[in-house]
Amino acid sequence: MTKHHVTTIVNGETVEFLTEPRETLLDCLRDHLGLTGSKEGCGTGDCGACSVTLDGVLVSSCLVLGVEAEGKKIETIEGMAAGAELHPLQRKFIEHAALQCGYCTPGILIAAKALLADNPDPTETEVRYWLAGNLCRCTGYDKIIRAVMDAAAEMRGVA
Amino acid sequence: MPKDNATGEFRLIGTRPNRPDGLDKVTGRARYGADIVAPNMLHAAVVRSPHAHARIKKIDATKALALEGVKAVVTRADLPKGLTGEDLNLQENTLAGDVALYDGHAVAAVAASSALLAQDAARLIEVEYEVLPHVIDVDAAMAKGAPVIREGAADYSVPEGMHPNVVRHMEFGHGDLEAGFAAADLVREQSYKTEATHQGYIEPHACLGQLGEDGRGEMWVCTQGHWYIRRMSAAVLGIEAANLRVTPSEIGGGFGGKTTIFMEPLALALSRKAGGRPVKLVMSRAEVLRATGPTASASMDVKIGMTKDGKITAASVNFRMQGGAFVGMSPIGEALPCAFACYDLPAVHHVGYEVLANRPKAAAYRAPGSPMAAFAVESLVDEMCRELKLDPIDVRLKNGAKEGTKSSYGPVYNRIGLVETLEAAKAHPNYAIKLGPNQGRGVASGFWFNHGGETSVSLAIGEDGTVQVSIGTPDIGGSRASIGLMAAEKLGIAYEDVRVNVVETGALGVNEPTHGSRATFASGKAAVEAAEQAIREMCRRAAKEWDIPEEAVEWKDGAAMPAGPNAGKFPPMSIAEIASKMGSTGGPISGHHEVTAEGVGASFGTHVVDVEVDPETGRTTVLRYLVVQDAGRAIHPAYVEGQYQGGAAQGIGWALNEEYVYGEDGRLQNPMFLDYRIPVASDLPMIDTVIIEVPNPGHPYGVRGVGETGISPPLPALAAAVAEAAGVRLRSLPMTPAKVLAAMRARKG
Repeated sequence: MTKHHVTTIVNGETVEFLTEPRETLLDCLRDHLGLTGSKEGCGTGDCGACSVTLDGVLVSSCLVLGVEAEGKKIETIEGMAAGAELHPLQRKFIEHAALQCGYCTPGILIAAKALLADNPDPTETEVRYWLAGNLCRCTGYDKIIRAVMDAAAEMRGVA
Repeated sequence: MPKDNATGEFRLIGTRPNRPDGLDKVTGRARYGADIVAPNMLHAAVVRSPHAHARIKKIDATKALALEGVKAVVTRADLPKGLTGEDLNLQENTLAGDVALYDGHAVAAVAASSALLAQDAARLIEVEYEVLPHVIDVDAAMAKGAPVIREGAADYSVPEGMHPNVVRHMEFGHGDLEAGFAAADLVREQSYKTEATHQGYIEPHACLGQLGEDGRGEMWVCTQGHWYIRRMSAAVLGIEAANLRVTPSEIGGGFGGKTTIFMEPLALALSRKAGGRPVKLVMSRAEVLRATGPTASASMDVKIGMTKDGKITAASVNFRMQGGAFVGMSPIGEALPCAFACYDLPAVHHVGYEVLANRPKAAAYRAPGSPMAAFAVESLVDEMCRELKLDPIDVRLKNGAKEGTKSSYGPVYNRIGLVETLEAAKAHPNYAIKLGPNQGRGVASGFWFNHGGETSVSLAIGEDGTVQVSIGTPDIGGSRASIGLMAAEKLGIAYEDVRVNVVETGALGVNEPTHGSRATFASGKAAVEAAEQAIREMCRRAAKEWDIPEEAVEWKDGAAMPAGPNAGKFPPMSIAEIASKMGSTGGPISGHHEVTAEGVGASFGTHVVDVEVDPETGRTTVLRYLVVQDAGRAIHPAYVEGQYQGGAAQGIGWALNEEYVYGEDGRLQNPMFLDYRIPVASDLPMIDTVIIEVPNPGHPYGVRGVGETGISPPLPALAAAVAEAAGVRLRSLPMTPAKVLAAMRARKG
C-alpha cells in the first residue's frame, strides 16, 4: 500500500514520517515517532488515554488519521514538562497520589492542561465534566480531581 | 511484635512520600505492555469465533499465508496434546480445539511484518463452523434441556440427576439451622442476581514474545505475576518453564484479570514458527471484553432468621455461579465463605453450585465472589432491618464477628476490625446528614480473606550505603512506595535511599502474583526480613572491625553501635561507612528472604452511601460516599485511601451500570467502553475514607492488605439506598435507570 509522507510539528520540533492512509495519529506517534507516552485503551474514542492536542484542540489521537497531522502542531505528554521542570499538574499528580497504575495519567494530564488553558478557575463539577471522557479504573477520580484543582490554584498564584 | 508496632510510633511508616515510579508515569516514560519493540519484530493478530458455541469444521489459512509479509499461522494443531486439568483449560482457552465455546474464543493466530498486515491476514483466514445451541444465563444453563457444553466435566461432588453443566457442588456450615429459624421472630427468604462485569483495566493485554529453535524464550508482558505467566505459557506449549524468562512491564491495571494467561502463548508459538523472530501481540478493547477477564454471573437465594431486636438466629444461602465454559473458574468457593463472614452466627449453612455457560473463561476480579455474596446477604439483612425498624449499623454491631468468633466458614478469628469500622461509620458526620425527598441511605459491610503466598525478596546494600530491594510482585498501585517505606523504617535510613525494583523471573525465586491484597503484606514482610538479615551482617562487620563480639553490636538509626557500656566505646558506624569498605571486610552485603507468607489478617470494611433517584428517569445519583476499612496499618495512607476509593468506584459501577449484555445469538453486544459503561468522573462524588488501624499480629508492622474488600459493600449499600430513595427494592444488578423506572412504575400500578 502506498505510504504518505507527513511533516508535522510535535512538541515544538518538526518531524516527518511515512504512514499508510488508514493508520491513526496514535499509531504514528507510538510506532513511527517512538512517542509511547500516549496510550491506547479502546481505539474508539471512549477512554481518552490517547489524548493529545492538535493545533491546541484536545483530541483523541485514536480518532485522528496520521495523514491529518500534516502541517499541524501536536502536543503530547512527552512535551509537557519544560525540560527538567515538571508542569504543575504533573507535580500535583505525584504529590496527591492521583495515579495508581498510571496508564490513564498521560491522557488525563493533557486533558487537564487543556481545561486550565480554557478555564483557569474551574469548579469541581467543571473538572469532573471536562474529564468525563478520560476513564480511570483505579482511583475513583477523587485524588485526580483534587490534584487538578490544586494545580489550578497554584497556577493562578493563590496556593 | 516489635516495640514500635505496639506503640504505633514510626519514623516513616504512615507518611506520604512521592512514589518512586511517579516521575516516569507523569512524563510518559513508563513502559507498559505495548510500549516496547524488539529488533526484527513481527506483529500478531487473533482470529476469534463469532459464535457462542460452534463446531470448528475447517480452518483454511491459504489466502492469509499468500500475502507478502505474513510469516506464520498457528492453530490448535500446533499445540501439544495430552494436557489435563487446569493446563488443558488454559490451552483450550488459548486456542479452541474442536469446538469454540464462546463469542470471542480464539481459533487461530497470525504473525506478519506489521500490525495492520496481521489484521488483514486474520480476516483472510477462513473458518468453517457448525453452529451449536448455546446457553448464557446461569439458571437456564442448569435447567432441564439446556445444551450440554462439556459432557463429563462434572466432578464427584455433584449430586446425581443434575444437569451435566453443573460441574461442582459444595456444602458446609455449623449449628442447628432448624432450631435457629424456629427461634426467630422474623424469617425471610429472597433471591438475588448479579450480572457478569469486567475488571475494566484501561490497558489492554499486551506482550512481546520470542521462542527459539532451542526451546528457550523470553517474554515482555503486562501482568500481575510473571512467574504464573511463565508456568502457564510453558504448560500450554509443552516446554520447560525454566527455559522461559519473563519480564513484567509496568501494568496498566489488573484487578485480578492479569493473574493468568489469555494470549501470551500465541506470541511464543508464532515466534517459534517464524524462525524465532520476536512477536508482539496487543489486544483491542473488544478482544479484552469478549475474551478476557469477566467475573462470574450469579443467582443466589438467602434465608435469614432474626429476633425482633435484631439478633440473627440462623442463616443459609444457596448460590449458583457460572464462570464461563471452563471448569473451576467461578468464584463459588470464595463467595460462600464470604457470605456471612461479617457475622457471628449460632447456625449457618451454605450450598453452592458451579455451572458452565457459553461465556469467556472467568478470571479473578477484586475479592472474587465476595461482591455477589455481599449483595445477596447484606441486601436481605437490610430488608429485615427496615421491616423491623432497626438501625442497620446497630444490627451489624449486635451480630458482628470479632476476635474469638467462630467464622461462618470454619476458622476462629484472631484480632479483626469489623466492629471498629461499624462504630466509626456510625460516628461519621455523613451518617447524621438529613436526607431530602427522593434520597436514601444505604449501609453494608464486606469481607476479604487476604492472602500471603509464595514470596521471594532480595535486598542489596550499594557501595554508597543506599539500598536496592528486588521484588517479584508487580507494582499495580504504589506498592514500591510502601515496601520502600518498610525497608527504610527497618534499616533506619531515609526513604529516598531505598529503591524498590520489580525484577524478572531470572532474578529471584518464585513469586506469586500481586493478588489477594498480598503485595504490601507479603513482599513487605519479606523485605523487612531481608533488611533484618542485612543488618545482622552489617553488625558483624562492625564487630569485626571493633574486635568485639557480634552480640555486643546493635543497629540503631541506620548505624551499627556498641550495645551498652560494656561493649566498649566506639562511634556509630553508619550504613554508608560499612558499605564503602565492604569489599575489604568480607564482600558484598545483601539480605534475602523466601517464604510462603503466613499470618495474613482478615479484612473488613463498612460503607455508607447516600443517593438521589430521579423519579422521572430512574437515574441514580451518588450524593456522597463513605468507606471505612481496617488496614491493619496504613504504610502509605494515600495509597490505602486510593485502594478504598478505587474499590468503591468499581462497586458503584457494578451496582448501577456495568453488565455483560448478550443477544439472542449469544454474542456480547457491548464489547466497548461506550456501552460497557464504567463510572466516569462526572458520575461520582468525592469518596470519603476512614482508615481504621487494628494491627495484624502476623505482620512486623501490622499490615493486613487493603486492595479488595472495598468492592463488595457498594453493591448492597446502593441497593439499600435506592430502596429508600425510590421505594423499590431491586434484587438484580445493575440498577440501570430503565430497571429502576420500571420497578417504580410497577409499584404505582
